[in-house]
Amino acid sequence: MLRWILGGREAQSSVEKSPVLCIGEEQPKNRFTELQVLKGHFDIVRFLVQIDDFRFASAGDDGLVLVWSIETGERLQELRGHSQQITAITTFACSDGVTSLLTASSDRSLSLWDPGTGNRVRTISDLQSSVKCLLVSERLRVWVSGGEELCVWDKDFQLLCHRQKHSDTGITALVELPKNCIAAAVDKEIVIYSLTVSADPSVSVTETRRCSEHHDQIRALININDGMFASGSHAGELILWDSTNFSNLAYEHILWEESHPSCQTEIKLAAPKPSEMSIQHLTTNGRLILAAVGSGLYVYDVASKAVVAYRKAAHDSNVLHTMLLSDSELMSCSEDGSVRMWEIQDLPLAAEPASAGFFGMWTFGRSSKQPGPQQKKVLEIPNLRTLELTGDLIGHSGAVQMFLSFGEKGLVTCSTDHLLILWRDGERQSRLRSQALFQKLEQNGGL
Amino acid sequence: MTACASSHVSLSNNTMIGSPDVVAFTKEDDYGQATPEALDLPEEFSIPLHPLADSNPWAKTSYAKFTKDFILISEFSEQVGPQPLLTIPNDPKVCGTFDLNYFSLRIMSVDYQASFVGHPPGSGYPRLSFVEDSRVVLGDSKEGAFAYVHHFTLYDLEARGFVRPFCMAYVAADEKKIMLQFQELSLRFSQASECLKAGNRRAFAKELQRKLQDLEYTHSVLQREEGLQREAGPQCVYSAHTVEKANELANVEKSIYEHRDLLKQISAYHRHPRRDPHAASCQKCMSECLRECEELLDKYAKLANPLGYSERVSKGKSQLDDDGGEEEADEDDDEAIKRRPSYTPQLIKAKSAKCFDKRLKNLRELCEETFHEATVELLKETERSFRGDLCYLYTQRLDKALHRKQKIVNFLFEEDLDDNVDDEAETLRPFCAVNHAADNYMHLNPPHIVLGSEALELDGLKPQGAPDPACETTTTQELRLLGIHLDSSPSDQTLETQESSEGTKSFSSDKSGTDQAEKQESLASINTEGPDPDSDLTPEPDQNAYPERESSSEDMETTAGEDDCDTGQDQTPVSLLEVVSELEARNGDERELAAGSELLVPMDTACCMAQEGFLYEAADPDAVLCLGPNSNLIPSQTPVVNQEPHAMHPIQDEYTVGSPSSEGPATGLELPVGILGDAVSRTSMEDGSDCTMSTSTGSDRAASPLGYGGSVTLRQRKKAGQGALRFVRQYSFAMQALWCLLSGRTLVVLGADEGRVRRLVSALALFVPNPGKSGDRVQPWLSCPFTLTDLHRWKLIGLQRVASPAGSSVLYSLSRYSRYISILDADMKTLRCPQYRGQLLANMADHRTYIRRGSTYFLHLQSALCRLAAKAFLFTFTHHLHLPVSPTEGPEAVEARRRCFLQEQLGLDEEDSQILLYLSRLITQRYLQAANSNCCAAGPCFSFNYITSVLYKI
Repeated sequence: MLRWILGGREAQSSVEKSPVLCIGEEQPKNRFTELQVLKGHFDIVRFLVQIDDFRFASAGDDGLVLVWSIETGERLQELRGHSQQITAITTFACSDGVTSLLTASSDRSLSLWDPGTGNRVRTISDLQSSVKCLLVSERLRVWVSGGEELCVWDKDFQLLCHRQKHSDTGITALVELPKNCIAAAVDKEIVIYSLTVSADPSVSVTETRRCSEHHDQIRALININDGMFASGSHAGELILWDSTNFSNLAYEHILWEESHPSCQTEIKLAAPKPSEMSIQHLTTNGRLILAAVGSGLYVYDVASKAVVAYRKAAHDSNVLHTMLLSDSELMSCSEDGSVRMWEIQDLPLAAEPASAGFFGMWTFGRSSKQPGPQQKKVLEIPNLRTLELTGDLIGHSGAVQMFLSFGEKGLVTCSTDHLLILWRDGERQSRLRSQALFQKLEQNGGL
Repeated sequence: MTACASSHVSLSNNTMIGSPDVVAFTKEDDYGQATPEALDLPEEFSIPLHPLADSNPWAKTSYAKFTKDFILISEFSEQVGPQPLLTIPNDPKVCGTFDLNYFSLRIMSVDYQASFVGHPPGSGYPRLSFVEDSRVVLGDSKEGAFAYVHHFTLYDLEARGFVRPFCMAYVAADEKKIMLQFQELSLRFSQASECLKAGNRRAFAKELQRKLQDLEYTHSVLQREEGLQREAGPQCVYSAHTVEKANELANVEKSIYEHRDLLKQISAYHRHPRRDPHAASCQKCMSECLRECEELLDKYAKLANPLGYSERVSKGKSQLDDDGGEEEADEDDDEAIKRRPSYTPQLIKAKSAKCFDKRLKNLRELCEETFHEATVELLKETERSFRGDLCYLYTQRLDKALHRKQKIVNFLFEEDLDDNVDDEAETLRPFCAVNHAADNYMHLNPPHIVLGSEALELDGLKPQGAPDPACETTTTQELRLLGIHLDSSPSDQTLETQESSEGTKSFSSDKSGTDQAEKQESLASINTEGPDPDSDLTPEPDQNAYPERESSSEDMETTAGEDDCDTGQDQTPVSLLEVVSELEARNGDERELAAGSELLVPMDTACCMAQEGFLYEAADPDAVLCLGPNSNLIPSQTPVVNQEPHAMHPIQDEYTVGSPSSEGPATGLELPVGILGDAVSRTSMEDGSDCTMSTSTGSDRAASPLGYGGSVTLRQRKKAGQGALRFVRQYSFAMQALWCLLSGRTLVVLGADEGRVRRLVSALALFVPNPGKSGDRVQPWLSCPFTLTDLHRWKLIGLQRVASPAGSSVLYSLSRYSRYISILDADMKTLRCPQYRGQLLANMADHRTYIRRGSTYFLHLQSALCRLAAKAFLFTFTHHLHLPVSPTEGPEAVEARRRCFLQEQLGLDEEDSQILLYLSRLITQRYLQAANSNCCAAGPCFSFNYITSVLYKI
């Protein structure tokens, strides 16, 4: 081991063959050359939510909600009130243009906060069950909480409607559909509710449809555009649905190996296998869908209903969150503690998807889980492009739960190591600092 | 035999005048009036040129009978004439064969107010004289001694005119040194004098109290006797005895009035306008003293009731009542006084014998213990700060002044003298050497004072126009009287006129004084420091313990110097080298925080003289020797200023107005602040500091291990210089390692052997920019895995290599954060870091360097790093390199311009530019942080680059 760390190059050859991707230290396209560690949480930080152009909030298992400034990294507010972990957080635009924060916690309470003052504006406690997801509908001027039961609330925290639970798992995800409909992911099914707002401020919820085409638990549910929404399941199924008639538009079953559907049920019991194809997270920009599948990434083109690019072993461990920065750039974070930036590139002639850099020996980890060939599919699909790693951010010592991009202002990541890290463009920061310097110089009237 | 040469003040005039003529140094002299020329260097940077005749700077010292400068405290005793009391340092070696008695005679013979008598005509009661200090420079060319002499008077109830003249003298062999340091000397000695006088006033008040108690007691006894007599004897018969008793009673009453009046006078002391700009005394001491006096006044006004002065007292009482019902407390105090068992009033004989066998109080008794201690400490510090010859002092001050000018970049590679800001305030602020937190026990009535302290303190600060209402009625009249008295009193003339007149007067007094002194020379040599007969009022520490302790501490303190004294025997002049090495040895550890690079200058001279190894090696054992005792002494020595900053404002302003320092020779050159100044500034920074805190900081400093993690002393830095040189010579990739450190990439020194790793780290620590106040950016030895925040906090880490499960997690962190760090493997002698191809560091890290000595290399480094810092400064503050010059210009144009500047004007290539960019970033951050300190709420930023590393081997 000791020899290994600095001992000559002879050690490299063995490590170099690791299938795990490593870009090495030369990352010219990585502009995040400055980081700031934000401390404040005492437990896993799971959620990040943008409040406005310069503020964001973080929440996690310690029940704390902290409001930060993206520019200075200062902690602006500390929202204390929840006694248990935060299960859902979302922003809530009030009528007067002020953005509030809506949080749900395992202590079976819901709170509305003013992030400017840190005040808990409203709170509802003693719910029958804890809320797992929140959906704010600007159009209907209501918000919906989902858990074992589905509740519809108005802006003043008045309960408008209430529906009992359907299954043990309860609602895990909610999306808003056109025509006053809501899609809720309940175990293996997607339940469509339609909300009818009557003249008096009461709302009734009726279940209109149940789509049960997934074979496993639904993990992710997103809106693609006005006409479509998508869901991903634990078994790696990606289904596109029509938003109006709720019909199945496309079904993609992501299987990395030439796997045998027959053995899937067995594997499900036998641990890590299914998680390797579980769809953890879905994002879209309307044209592309990015799915985090196990430790891999999968880009699906909505128009052509086909896979455009994929990377099976994008990370050393499960991908937890992803984002499409543009049509060609994407970002992902994983349990392995890193954030990686990718570019969708046209396939070069050589088939080698990524070089396991010269300094591959420096990458440790829970690696080598997936030995074996990986190019087979590449050859099968002619118009496939590659996902090229352009940079990675290493800083957290635990799984990176989520990240939030503020464009050129930077990127925030949160992790199980209780920390948030603010990644910024060093050049831009140094320019800003210089500006501040000369400003101050002017104020001081010289040195 | 006596050819006391007066020394004239002007710089150009260095001839001795052979008459016993004394001219005081005053600010009216032409000394400070050299018109500054526009093209000259700022005054603080120029060294006054020596006249050509003085080509050998040590020539003069050859005939002095003492080896180094010392401070002498003398008194003009009314019994034995002039006599020396104390020298600082209190070591017979210092004075050598120099005749202190004779010199005391010399300096006391110019005493300017010895003839003052207690009873001025026209006033009923004896008057206290309020005399300003005088400052004189004296020379004795035969003895080769020159002295700055500071005369002052202390009050003593038993003395003639209630006044005892004293003087403090700074004795040096170099006349010029005294003349050029006059301002600083004057300031320092004024502080000491004020301190003594403050203590003296308290002691005097206490003495008066005792005396008044005695008198009251005597009075009551006499009254009783008279009453008995009256009852016993027939009504109309007045025997001689009765008459005598009546006279005695009348005498006692008169005496009571007199003493009460004295008490009033002493309490009015602070109302006197001070002519002396240096005489701004500590407000707290002043107000405390005032408070006590007023309390005593009240008390004795009340006790005087049976004498038939009830009218006045009731007036005072009603005043008190109006004032907020403090009467209750006073009654309690009265009772407390009556009940006080410690002092039983004594019957006073009708005629108190004023004869020569009466023992006079010594200096320690005249001033209170605390004040005396504080003054001695202050003087010790003064002596320390004036050590070395003029040249040394000047370079030291130059260095300091330059330091102050470079605040913006200093922090990068030089030790951060954070006292800069405080320093300037220090000289403007009235100084108090007394540790106020510790002096609670001195109060006459502790509980009362503590309770009322704040209100009363405010009272003390009130302007003259609005005196304390409590004492107004009782003292207004006296004040008026005093005012008249002061106006007409010769002692209250302006300092200049008074001293010039004294100069002429001193002819006669000189001669008569000489005779007297000769007569009593034998007497004078016997130091009359017996045990205190009536030390029962206040719990004073053991008298005998003091001289012993002092001498022992002095012994220890001068241990380091002894070798030097031996080498410099037979009255040979003390060479600069010796002084320097001695200073270093002594001060190295004392001045950890302050000294730093100041002491580099003498080291430079040592190098120039090419005395191989002399300086470096000679300093070592001495330093070790003196470290222990000194560090033990520090806690007790550290005085603390415990004052509310806002409370100081009025006096500060006053002080500033009258300050002549703006015309002084060393404008901008403040007093060298050594350990004392440090302690003061440090503790005053932490508000509400108290005694325990100061001792704890002191002991912390003493306990801090030599080296790693603690603050970096000069000696350590020199040692580090040696280590760095060795590193540079041994490791062919030293340049790359240095580049890592200078460009802000954390360097991890990995090794199994702790000693080797620590050595490497302490050598490399020299290259860490902005190492922090106590090197906190360096972690010399770490045996657990580090985190990302550690990487930012520490720029140089010594990491233990262990072959265990724990070790593997260390290695995991190493590999995980490998992009942010460079790894120097001390065992394998490899370095893994980005490639460096620049030229900038070739000069610094040339493994074929001809430099052989660590200290030389250290200086070489300092200059190279200083150049770097200067470039970084230029780069940081050049506007067009960072911001567009026109609105149409984009960031690319600015970027290009910056690149061009770095490459073409500074001649730096890519990697060298990174050093500059990093330094510039540090400067920017520091500059921005300076004002808004609240931004530290957010964590610091950590920048890095994505560059491939390569492995270097030897």
